[in-house]
Amino acid sequence: MSKTLFDKVWDSHVVHKIKDGPDVLFIDRHMVHEVTSPVAFLGLKKRGIKVLFPEKTFATADHNTPTINQHLPVKDPLSANQLLALEKNSELHGISYWGLGHEKNGIVHVVGPEYGITQPGATIVCGDSHTSTHGAFGAIAFGIGTSEVEMVLSTQCIMQPKPKKMRITIDGKLSKGVSPKDVALFIISKLSTSGATGYFVEYSGEVFRDMSMEGRMTVCNLSIEMGARGGMIAPDSKTFDYIKNREFTPKNTNWIKAMQYWETLESDQDAVFDKELKFDGELINPMITYGTNPGMGIGISKEIPLAKNQDGGIETYKKSLNYMNFDEGQSMIGKNIDFVFLGSCTNGRIEDFREFTKIIKGRKKASNVTAWLVPGSHQVEKAIKDEGLLDILTESGFELREPGCSACLAMNDDKIPSGKYAVSTSNRNFEGRQGPGSRTLLASPLVAAAAAITGKITDPRTLY
Amino acid sequence: MAYEKFKILKSNCVPLPIENVDTDQIIPARFLKATERIGFGDNLFRDWRYNSDNTPKKDFVLNNKKFDGKILVGGKNFGSGSSREHAAWSIYDYGFRCVISSFFADIFRGNCLNIGVLPVQVSSGFLDKIFKVVFDDPKSEIIVNLLEQTVTIVKLNISEPFEINSYKKENMLNGYDDIDYLMNIKDSIKKFSKTTPL
Repeated sequence: MSKTLFDKVWDSHVVHKIKDGPDVLFIDRHMVHEVTSPVAFLGLKKRGIKVLFPEKTFATADHNTPTINQHLPVKDPLSANQLLALEKNSELHGISYWGLGHEKNGIVHVVGPEYGITQPGATIVCGDSHTSTHGAFGAIAFGIGTSEVEMVLSTQCIMQPKPKKMRITIDGKLSKGVSPKDVALFIISKLSTSGATGYFVEYSGEVFRDMSMEGRMTVCNLSIEMGARGGMIAPDSKTFDYIKNREFTPKNTNWIKAMQYWETLESDQDAVFDKELKFDGELINPMITYGTNPGMGIGISKEIPLAKNQDGGIETYKKSLNYMNFDEGQSMIGKNIDFVFLGSCTNGRIEDFREFTKIIKGRKKASNVTAWLVPGSHQVEKAIKDEGLLDILTESGFELREPGCSACLAMNDDKIPSGKYAVSTSNRNFEGRQGPGSRTLLASPLVAAAAAITGKITDPRTLY
Repeated sequence: MAYEKFKILKSNCVPLPIENVDTDQIIPARFLKATERIGFGDNLFRDWRYNSDNTPKKDFVLNNKKFDGKILVGGKNFGSGSSREHAAWSIYDYGFRCVISSFFADIFRGNCLNIGVLPVQVSSGFLDKIFKVVFDDPKSEIIVNLLEQTVTIVKLNISEPFEINSYKKENMLNGYDDIDYLMNIKDSIKKFSKTTPL
């Protein structure tokens, strides 16, 4: 019987099926961070059991780590306590721990692919909804809750009903100035934040084939923002080139053996999806969000939609605009902004810094803008320096911070002040997401760069 | 690790007729720093519930003494966003045992089921009726019957069925959790691990 890419990977990991219940799914790789794991480890302690497969478990600290002076002790006692708990738990259970100061430290969804932990055809989970990022490699990857973290630590399995399957196909060439982030924000604006709930998405078509691995990661990362459990893209030569010779990828004969499996990983020609959507890549513009969920996005030169044209939920819509202090029908272009955040598991990779630098090169940061540029990992940080991007950034008046999740969720000190507007390359514009009262405008690194040098919402295509 | 059993819940409820309530509203990220599962109820809906000087916001429903009960009723697409189980913990810790909405985000729904909070999905028409009845009379009761998989608005004497898979239903009725189940098949998991390609 014909199978989708998702079926192939899922079905080959089912240990046991429960009638009218979930499947017991075997997990190949478990990524762990400091915030969603301590209660899970406590559960193991209460049950008197150890991690079943510590070699399949990888821990890093990212969510609440500071992004300046990482060599000093962490000031916030609660954050320090969580970091210490992860360090101790990793040691107790024999898990690799890439803590603060470790050369491999970084955002869990950035370091996983960098070190080849992320591989095609694998099942990957983490107590973080943006685990969907790893789907860019043809893996089934999704976020789980802490009870499930405890499940995977103790049994290397989780219990979930198999989701339905959706395919989103986008053909055509992207226009200049349109990046993978725009493609993702465009899709979410069409589907809403719940349009793919209950589904696992496969992205297919020319637009995704043409994308770099970094771009594919950005798109898969944002799958959760339309409600999907995850998103994935069939691996191809770009995927294999990216992972080859990384620390945790198979070597020599094991590579050849793995390739035999990986080359089968595509949806069969006549495979059936529960839902199919098609869009034209040429119609996508640089995007920006104006509201308080990622589905509230528009082409940057468009006006904020009218409340009466909303498909229900008018009160919720008005509440959202009120929070942002925007009015329906207003143009986004020219609105003043206060902060720019470049970073996160969505757009904290080297390609994102290259794009940002393209726009700011030879220009100066606007004086009314505070810019936080946060690499996703030490490897990204090193590449920024090695490629000469840091010199360009410095010349333009920007500073580079140290790796971490940072202002994406503002668990550390990187908080956008109440009432201030931040153009952010992160993934969520929920009320208070970047700090109590903060107002987030989600956008691509190009749009963020254009805002950083002009101090207002600007179409990056006018700056080439 | 067993949790509280759930069979039939008869309670008045707290209405929150807002759509797309995300987990950052349910529990903001800055309150996720505990290493134990205690005290999360205090910060449930923190920024909707309190001003920046920690005084209660009078217009928020949790600060309105008229409304109470073990059932939280939310608008469409409840629990979207982050996978933080802390959202479900804070709802539980506050005292809710059931959330009713016309649509739930996936991970949030799973997290609730894993800790003993029953997510009940009803039609949007039925949800509107609950909101109307509760706003008209905050003492109006709702009966959530897990055995029969029905939710009833007592005052109107109308019911609607809801779905839950039979495995999770058994867990909720008996207070079992998934790890109890998985520990019992650990040998077959270990055997399976030798056959995986990666």
